[in-house]
Amino acid sequence: MSDVILELNELHTHFFTDSGEVPAVDGVSFKLHKGEVVGVVGESGCGKSVTSLSVMQLVPNPPGRIVSGEVNFKGENIAVAREKRMKEIRGNEIAMIFQEPMTSLNPVYSIGNQLIEAVRMHKKVSKKEARNKAIEMLEIVGIPRPSEVVDEFPHQLSGGMRQRVMIAMAMSCDPEVLIADEPTTALDVTIQAQILDLMRNLNKEQDTAILLITHDLGVVAEMCDRVVVMYSGQVVEEGTVREILKDPKHPYTKGLIRSLPKLYEKEQKLYSIPGTVPKPSMDHVGCRFAPRCEFAWDRCVEENPDLYELGAERKARCFLYDEKEKVTEGGPQYDEADPRG
Amino acid sequence: MLAYTMRRLLMLIPVLLGMTLITFSIVHLIPGNPAQVILGETATQSAIDDLERQMGLTEPYLVQYGVYLADVFQGDLGQSLRTRGSITNEIGPRIAATFELTFFAMLWAVFVGINAGIISAWRQNSWFDFLAMFFALVGVSMPIFWLALMEQWLFAQELGWLPAYGRQSSVDPIEPITYFFVIDSILHMEFDRLVTVLRHLVLPAIALGTIPMAIIARMTRSSMLEVMKSDYVRTVRAKGSGQFIVIYKHALRNALIPVLTVIGLQTGVLLGGAILTETIFSWPGIGRYVYEGINYRDYPVIQSGILVVAFLFVIINLIVDLLYAFIDPRIKY
Repeated sequence: MSDVILELNELHTHFFTDSGEVPAVDGVSFKLHKGEVVGVVGESGCGKSVTSLSVMQLVPNPPGRIVSGEVNFKGENIAVAREKRMKEIRGNEIAMIFQEPMTSLNPVYSIGNQLIEAVRMHKKVSKKEARNKAIEMLEIVGIPRPSEVVDEFPHQLSGGMRQRVMIAMAMSCDPEVLIADEPTTALDVTIQAQILDLMRNLNKEQDTAILLITHDLGVVAEMCDRVVVMYSGQVVEEGTVREILKDPKHPYTKGLIRSLPKLYEKEQKLYSIPGTVPKPSMDHVGCRFAPRCEFAWDRCVEENPDLYELGAERKARCFLYDEKEKVTEGGPQYDEADPRG
Repeated sequence: MLAYTMRRLLMLIPVLLGMTLITFSIVHLIPGNPAQVILGETATQSAIDDLERQMGLTEPYLVQYGVYLADVFQGDLGQSLRTRGSITNEIGPRIAATFELTFFAMLWAVFVGINAGIISAWRQNSWFDFLAMFFALVGVSMPIFWLALMEQWLFAQELGWLPAYGRQSSVDPIEPITYFFVIDSILHMEFDRLVTVLRHLVLPAIALGTIPMAIIARMTRSSMLEVMKSDYVRTVRAKGSGQFIVIYKHALRNALIPVLTVIGLQTGVLLGGAILTETIFSWPGIGRYVYEGINYRDYPVIQSGILVVAFLFVIINLIVDLLYAFIDPRIKY
């Protein structure tokens, strides 16, 4: 693999609320290589968005704060970087796009104004040059009549167009890393495909590494090289997209994949993992997935499993893969009679 | 924008007509005969009848209104019953005096109010926030006449820093040009006088501006708190913008709409309702003019005063509406 550009190491981001401290990100570690697309998947509230905001130091503070751990960007720990340094990094070296294109652009400024601001924030260019760059970026992301749209206001554009504008803005300073926090969730399916295409092209042409936050395994299959699965603030499994989809190791990942509708199978009822995601808490003991896990045994509720290494960048947080447990080779097997297994 | 402005201007016509109709009717609904008031208790019936005919009071209601309307549109507001002078000439300087006071009161109210609101929102729950919101609460709750009297007592009487009464030094009055004394003293190139005029403005402007300032501060704070949580503010931060651009360029402009509404309404209130402050500070403004008119049952003065204040209120609202559209491109009714 090529060089690591972004590495999270035991990152802890906690929220300090009236009802106590909430470890929204609880010791998350993974790596993003140059030019790679890594997907971070998990249910709502699993801490994937907070993880991405932590990278940029954009977690609303108060109540949130990075309490420990490292975010190494090209060897520099930016989790402890000062605001002045973060301003240089944000939008310039690491850019971000968000879930809600409808509300992510400032309604009172024109598209051009907001794009030009992004360019001139980091590059010493004249207004004219910045404007040309803005029009050029709009053209790259496939906006029709870019030289007119540049003077229009966000409310004059559709959701898909706005997300293109957001991507244009994020890409305008040629960042090395693009963090996309559910970029297609709010869009309809055809627009979704176009936006994903666009992002993939940018990844191929500009060699931008993309951290794609999503809960959509379809998007993951389409876009990603590797996948990090999160549950309740922790990484529970990591592997290549093929490994995760074809041979999931962690019971949670298995459950996620089982709960996907299958095109060629007539099933009456879609599988769903029983129970709900627990709220992360400071005094949790045992595996967080144990209450919902069909394989759980007493050890699972007594201690928190480590993230066991199963190969090169292939990990799972489950006692089934602890050498000491000596379970069946390859993890739990489904009943032969179960067609979904 | 131009079409919107034109539309708003055209909408003024019915509003202004309605306004004149109401002010005209109010005075006619008041019991008592103006001719009787003018001539006094001892006048004979024939003298009263003569004057009524002379004043056109025997004509039908609508004809009287038409005459009134024609006069108003020609800038003739009638004659004061008390001074026998033209109200148009009397009211001009009064409007200027009130305008000048309102301008400086709102200047400090807006400047301090908005900035205090912004800092309170930016540093929510900090000591500054608590202190500012405490003073804002005190500000809205405090009776304005009490504040005015306390100011006079402390700054004029005890400390002797600022004058307590009037618009200017009474021994050396200004030669008026526009009746805005700040502008006049600049036009005369008399900068000592400018200082005197400004010193006279300080205490009444602070007294008058305190309530609007407190309301503006609270409004700005709550509006900013909401906007600062919005997605586009996060986008701006993700672009690498500094705090200053985030707050003053992106957040403030969005937060300003409700604040602007409050500023407009408060300006209108100050223009028409500064009777207490103007009386305490002997400020020869329109509030006091109407107040004196009421004391002497000088109906044409009351009528004109109400008309002028209502007109100013409508104009302020028009300006606020135009500013809305300027600030937020989505607003084009």
